[in-house]
Amino acid sequence: MAQKAIREYDGKALFSKQWGNYFSGFHYGFKSVLVQSGAELLAKAEEHGFEWLKQESLVAKPDMLFGKRGKNDLVLFKDQKPGDVSLAVAAKWIDEKMAHTVTLLSGQHGHLTHFIVEPFTPHSQEQEYYISATCVGEDDVLYMSAEGGMEVEEGWDEKVNEVVIPIDMSDADMEHAVKANIPTDIPAKDRESFTSFAIAFFKFYRDMNFAYLEINPIVMLDNNDMAILDLVARLDDTAGFLMRDTWGDIEYPTAFGMEDQTAEEKAIADADSKSGASLKLTILNPLGRVWTMVAGGGASVVYADTIADFAEATGGSIADLANYGEYSGGPTTSETKFYADTVIDLMTRHKDSKGRDKILIIGGAIANFTDVAKTFTGIIQSFETYADKMKEHNTKIYVRRGGPNYEKGLKDIKEAADRLGLYIKVYGPETHVTDIVRMALEK
Amino acid sequence: MTKLFTKDTQAIFWNNNTTAIQRMLDYDYTIKRAKPSVAAIVAPTSGNKFEKFFWGPDEIMVPLFKSTADAKKAFPHADALLNFASFRTAYDVTMEAVEIGGFKTVMVTAEGIPERLARKMNNTARTNGVTVIGPATVGAIAPGAFKIANIGGTIENIVQSKLHRCGSCGLVTRSGGLFNELSNIIAINADGIAEGVAIGGDRFVGSVFIDNMLRMEKNPEVKYMVLLGEVGGTEEYKIIDAIKAGQITKPVIAWCIGTIAKHFSSGVQFGHAGASANADAETAAAKNKAMAEVGIYVPASFNDLPNKIAEVYNELKAKGIVTEITEPDMNTCPTVRKSKEFICTISDDRGDEATYAGFPISSLATPDTGKGIGDVVSLLWFKKQYPKWATDFIETVIKTVADHGPAVSGAHNAKVTARAGKSVVESLVTGLLTIGPRFGGAIDGAAEYFKYADDNKLTPADFLNHMKKVGVPIPGIGHRIKSLKNPDLRVEGLKKYAKEHFPSTSLLDYALTVEQLTTSKKENLILNVDGTIGILMVDMWRALGYSEEDINEFISSGTLNAFFIVGRSIGFIGHVLDEKRLAMPMYRHPMDDILYDVQVADKI
Repeated sequence: MAQKAIREYDGKALFSKQWGNYFSGFHYGFKSVLVQSGAELLAKAEEHGFEWLKQESLVAKPDMLFGKRGKNDLVLFKDQKPGDVSLAVAAKWIDEKMAHTVTLLSGQHGHLTHFIVEPFTPHSQEQEYYISATCVGEDDVLYMSAEGGMEVEEGWDEKVNEVVIPIDMSDADMEHAVKANIPTDIPAKDRESFTSFAIAFFKFYRDMNFAYLEINPIVMLDNNDMAILDLVARLDDTAGFLMRDTWGDIEYPTAFGMEDQTAEEKAIADADSKSGASLKLTILNPLGRVWTMVAGGGASVVYADTIADFAEATGGSIADLANYGEYSGGPTTSETKFYADTVIDLMTRHKDSKGRDKILIIGGAIANFTDVAKTFTGIIQSFETYADKMKEHNTKIYVRRGGPNYEKGLKDIKEAADRLGLYIKVYGPETHVTDIVRMALEK
Repeated sequence: MTKLFTKDTQAIFWNNNTTAIQRMLDYDYTIKRAKPSVAAIVAPTSGNKFEKFFWGPDEIMVPLFKSTADAKKAFPHADALLNFASFRTAYDVTMEAVEIGGFKTVMVTAEGIPERLARKMNNTARTNGVTVIGPATVGAIAPGAFKIANIGGTIENIVQSKLHRCGSCGLVTRSGGLFNELSNIIAINADGIAEGVAIGGDRFVGSVFIDNMLRMEKNPEVKYMVLLGEVGGTEEYKIIDAIKAGQITKPVIAWCIGTIAKHFSSGVQFGHAGASANADAETAAAKNKAMAEVGIYVPASFNDLPNKIAEVYNELKAKGIVTEITEPDMNTCPTVRKSKEFICTISDDRGDEATYAGFPISSLATPDTGKGIGDVVSLLWFKKQYPKWATDFIETVIKTVADHGPAVSGAHNAKVTARAGKSVVESLVTGLLTIGPRFGGAIDGAAEYFKYADDNKLTPADFLNHMKKVGVPIPGIGHRIKSLKNPDLRVEGLKKYAKEHFPSTSLLDYALTVEQLTTSKKENLILNVDGTIGILMVDMWRALGYSEEDINEFISSGTLNAFFIVGRSIGFIGHVLDEKRLAMPMYRHPMDDILYDVQVADKI
């Protein structure tokens, strides 16, 4: 996936690092810390440069990619009255929030682990503005509003001005377009500052290879002092090789509520990152009955589609589908064996709750260049390791594949399964790619 | 443009991906293309000049170039660039190609080009009228005409999927793997495809479904289209709009994969980077429904797609819109092929009569053919038919350098060897072995340095200074006894011939201005015979249309020396035969002609 969300803290850190290059004339203090417990916050306050944690009143909120934290009552800004949160109160609040699971209004559910803590910034609603940029279709779009804060989503069309900036637009034209579209309700005293800030913001968004960047609200204090109260950002991670030095070692956290990757998923992702081939694994239901080992990105989707269709049509459910993933791009025999070991090991951990047979779909379209016999050798080696376990789970194997050397691959895998006493059905390109799913489930 | 490729389309392949290129050439051979579909390869880091590939049972050479610009210059008609650079450089390669111009299509295979660069690349190409296929694609194919790299897989699969000849379906997909699969399905259930494009899996691809389908609408060979879309994005809606607007009238069969995504609220990325539904309208189900509503043939599921294709095809056949295809003859690529160890590009002894660069020996040998040694040299050394003024010049040179008396080192060596009782060939080679930088080398040196001075527009004074700095006496200048007043008649003859017969003598003219300066310093610093030959050879090649790089290469590969070797061999053999005739005894150098200065070796 090319676009990856980053933490608010990391987004602000990037602003701070680049501030002088883009926002000269404005000032930004970057007083933020990211902590994973109350104790860590207390310890941070003892460090040089973080004295403000003890001196100023604070705001604390989770920094875990999800939005609408105010509506979810997850922003700590008052103890008795707004702006009176002390370090001790913030630390205590963080520990409380971490103590049990949280369910958001969206239904996402999970443990809070990361919090961003900043000084409370007294300001008026009039000082709050909205600014964001992203790519829509082929063009970049800059959004600006005189009204910041979480209400901006309501009445978007009336409140927000958008500037479409085609990829080949010159800086001069871009600046002209931004100027021409500054919301009319921005007060005259802030107008000029806001315009130069918006232009700089767009350049920053563009040059830093953001896919999405939103500040809501951005607060314009006196003397061009800017406060970034809330920030959402996604980076285009394909630009990583260009931005290594600029971005630094930035983290891409898993979305809140998403289970952390299992050890198996992590192992496959790790193997993928070290290989020229493509190895992907997502476990959808570890207790599922139908396990897949599909070659090719497109094919993996149609197999998942078809399994869902037939599972539902034959009295099962989507829960039958245990995993999603692919191995493709010419993996070596040992990479394929590792992938097969991982899938088959997961498959043979739990008996089907309804006592049904396990189904292993070894599917794939007609390969362009992957040597089928070579990859199947890896799968056969895995069969040899797991044959007994597979038999314990009454595994039925359905194979369909074409491409370079497929006849040998199919013959080898059939012979191996027969030799090991495994149930197997083997098909080549004369059979429709997903028809083995029908054969396996339509009984 | 109604067709992406024709049977004459040739490509420049960026990156020497030999497997993919061999696949293309196997395809070309199978479908009996006249010319290989890959005209040239760009391999910036390779030191080689060509790469060998199989052409059916034979082998051909595809030239390698260091840059796209060089390749395009050599093959201006090659209008497809197959950009196989990595995601780090693919953007630069495409941008450079657009800048160079003359490319109709650029295919980009890299996956994961930074999005902003991909957008810039696609936009620049579009503005310049270049169709970009990809990034992140396996390519495109015009069956029976041109195939990009690995698309279609092995040659066996290509024939099985009827991708070797034109069918009647226009196929567009995102996925490359499923492209093959669809081709197979269409071959089984209909009559194969007429043109197919896998547009690529990245979020920003150059040509999208609509671009390709609008072209297919105009392609008379396409009778209906199959579109395999994906969850995510709104590209399929552009097809719907085009149908509503009457821009697409041919039947369309379509399916969007990724119906699975509805079962998982978030977090699981099904399919390509471009495939993620951000709105309800972007789900596979919504798109399938919307497409069905405008009359696109949408099957009940992917598994049902083959039946839908058969249904539409049979309908079109019943209406007479598609007709039965006569299967064309094909060549068969041998399954076992052995790469040749040696290459010969100058002569051939396989036919009835051996040939020199295509000319039977009998057509060159006898006097009535009007051909001389100069012609044979031009054919066997340069693989060209030089005009008479040039072949005459070559012969003049050979005659001029044939001998220079018994005292020069080569002749002396040959004579000593002959007197030791050795054969003609042994004696000859001992003579030849002295040819090099000090003996005969002035021809090479003169050509090299005078050409350098002329190329760099050095004045004669600058040139002399330059040579002084390099610390080399100017090769080709100076004679033991001759001077301007007492000229070397061989030189006069060569100059006279050149002035009368060469279209131009730019380097000689320059050399004569240098000679004026050198002779003003010392009388005998004239342009000598070696210098004149070297310089006039350069003038000859310039007049024959060779580029300066070609000529530099002739010089650096020792071609000029070769003229001296051929000519002087005549003289050496003369000296050897002379010795044999005279039956001279073994030669022993007189001891009083040797300075003996031998010290007792120190112990160390």
